[in-house]
Amino acid sequence: MSEQLRAIGLVKTFTLHNQGGLRLPVLAGIDLAVAAGECVALHGPSGVGKSTLLRALYGNYLVTRGHILVRHDDQVIDVSTAPPHLVLEVRQRTMGFVSQFLRVIPRIATLDLVAEPLRRLGVDAAAARERAGRLLDRLAIPRRLWELPPANFSGGEQQRVNIARGLVAEYPILLLDEPTAALDSANRDAVAELIDAARRSGAAIIGIFHDRAVREAVGTRIVEIPSAGVVA
Amino acid sequence: MSELSLNDVGYDAEEPPLLQVSRLCKRFGPQIVCADVSFALWPGEVLGVVGESGSGKTTLLNCVSTRLEPDSGRIEFRLRDGRIAQLSEMSEPARRMLMRTDWGFVHQNPRDGLRLGLSAGANIGERLMEVGSRHYGEIRGAAADWLAKVEIEIDRIDDPPRVFSGGMQQRLQIARNLVSRPRIVLMDEPTGGLDVSVQARLLDLLRGLCTELGLAALVVTHDLGVARLLAHRLMVMQGGAIVEAGLTDQVLDDPQHPYTQLLVASMLQ
Amino acid sequence: MSNTDANTSTGYNFAYLDEQTKRMIRRAILKAVAIPGYQVPFASREMPLPYGWGTGGIQVTASIIGPDDTLKVIDQGADDTTNAVSIRRFFERTAGTATTERTTEASLIQTRHRIPETPLREHQIIVYQVPIPEPLRWVEPREAETRKMHALAEYGAMYVRLYEDIAQFGHITTTYDYPVMVDGRYLMRPSPIPKFDNPKMDMNPALQLFGAGREKRIYAVPPYTSVESLDFADHPFTIERWEQSCEICGSRDSFLDEVITDDRGTRVFVCSDTDHCRQRGAAKAAE
Repeated sequence: MSEQLRAIGLVKTFTLHNQGGLRLPVLAGIDLAVAAGECVALHGPSGVGKSTLLRALYGNYLVTRGHILVRHDDQVIDVSTAPPHLVLEVRQRTMGFVSQFLRVIPRIATLDLVAEPLRRLGVDAAAARERAGRLLDRLAIPRRLWELPPANFSGGEQQRVNIARGLVAEYPILLLDEPTAALDSANRDAVAELIDAARRSGAAIIGIFHDRAVREAVGTRIVEIPSAGVVA
Repeated sequence: MSELSLNDVGYDAEEPPLLQVSRLCKRFGPQIVCADVSFALWPGEVLGVVGESGSGKTTLLNCVSTRLEPDSGRIEFRLRDGRIAQLSEMSEPARRMLMRTDWGFVHQNPRDGLRLGLSAGANIGERLMEVGSRHYGEIRGAAADWLAKVEIEIDRIDDPPRVFSGGMQQRLQIARNLVSRPRIVLMDEPTGGLDVSVQARLLDLLRGLCTELGLAALVVTHDLGVARLLAHRLMVMQGGAIVEAGLTDQVLDDPQHPYTQLLVASMLQ
Repeated sequence: MSNTDANTSTGYNFAYLDEQTKRMIRRAILKAVAIPGYQVPFASREMPLPYGWGTGGIQVTASIIGPDDTLKVIDQGADDTTNAVSIRRFFERTAGTATTERTTEASLIQTRHRIPETPLREHQIIVYQVPIPEPLRWVEPREAETRKMHALAEYGAMYVRLYEDIAQFGHITTTYDYPVMVDGRYLMRPSPIPKFDNPKMDMNPALQLFGAGREKRIYAVPPYTSVESLDFADHPFTIERWEQSCEICGSRDSFLDEVITDDRGTRVFVCSDTDHCRQRGAAKAAE
């Protein structure tokens, strides 16, 4: 199966200008490649830069050095140098990101929040809401919550909504940052099942899974992230 | 397994931008307010301009909208037929027509962008009548449609905005601008001065409309939360210059420039 | 050019205005005729009557009247109202020209607030007295801005006014001084004539001149020029209609004035155009 994403020599150092220019090296030369049908589990101690790596792959953080190659439609894009609107396009169609925390937009109902990635792809409202609903069902979000904005949901409910939003559009590349952190075991299993199903239908997945059971259930390969200062 | 290699990197020819601003300069006496500002805006994208008072962002907006004449620089706009127009070289009639049809401008204070003495329906219908609409029923129908889109009750169609709340006035201003289906809308602090709950509703509406209509927008704001919600891309201005630009989430989550880092750190969570 | 008979005794030039002023006004008239409906500024002179009493119309008439002209002056359609009588006498004294009450015999007609019912012919000139020449003044108080709007044909605001009327009252409420589009280009105020008279302006064989003395503007509609009253496709322009006919001559299609005849509210309707009424009455009597 073909490679969907390749990171080459990623270096990320934060410079805190308002703390006298303090430099924080976090990634010191990461190489990583993921193919369709693979699920790479990033592993390493807390604070080592796993989240930073995912965000860098997504274009949310700028890399100090290095390249992030992504297969987008029939082209190859370098996220680190691509113009912003191209990165947006990649995010719209090719690469999805499930963050640790749900960003709540005021007044948007849960169902519409989950349907939004499909709407942006041009799917009509009814079909998008229908697909969103099916995912919410699988993630055991009760129907009575669908028309409410998730602002007052529990942490676990919010996280499941977040996951639904990340998975609904069936991206070829998925970046998952602690997707099961706030979930109980039943929901954890449901999520793991969904992630595995996505992988089996050809997604290339990179994830941070704190929970060993989940890691072993969905991961096909473990990649150790070294702490900065040690070149991988 | 086909590997990805740097040699494979290549992009299709880019769609040309809708608006291209090159090296815009504006001075008020000895004070440089806009210093060599350049940027582009693509169809369907919302570009935020953030900065504190005195950053030059409002002057920039006024120059781009031709309300102010820049001292130097070019503002190029791609017309509907594909030709590029240099705004300062356009004839005044052509430019006035453009501003009334293809462009929108949402003022911070809705009273500046509305005819307070005219009914809500007339406010929305005016652009249509300006370009030759001569069927009362159709004009009124279009006005009613837009009132619904901006969530103003239809039975207010004959009321003057003088009696509307601030939030309603702002939503009416948006409808008045969008009725002519502009391809680009400039907004000057569109939620400034509104109560927080009203702001949320308005932002939600703007977000939806921009997506639904494929609008390109240039939004000036001092509120980073508004920028995060509305803008795809963000430019940070300080002292008349753009100090940082990039994807909104990148600029706000991983600010590079000292001033941007200061702004972000100062945000109230 | 001077007229020794009437004028040397009164001490005024022919038709009151000096010749240079007449030339200035004629130049303005030529410009106005060249651009139908466009308001030409002119240096309005002090006249021996106050603003609001027809100084603009009188200046236009004075600039074009000649010794061979026959002048008719009407006010609200009647030759015998105070103003019509005064103005007619003014020209009798200062120009010595012949005057008439019969529309068909006049070469020059000065009017306030009506167009005669009798259709005009080629080579006749009708001069309207105009209080406010600017049709956009209600929406835009700034002169600089209204000039731009005319220059750029930005007339949406006028339609907005009509829209508001329909929204508020169900129909367009303007019944006099009803805005028109001249030659498809300039928006014009026809002076406070009833909208009943608007259709008469369209493709009229006569030359129509408009003078506003206080506002210092002259405009014109040359013969055979299109003059369209503004309306909406689904709210077309209509004129007034009466159920009654003229009490004196029986006319069913002229503009009627309502006259209260006693203090018990008895009313009759009579033609506003006195000449028209008289001619009809004479024709009927002859039958």
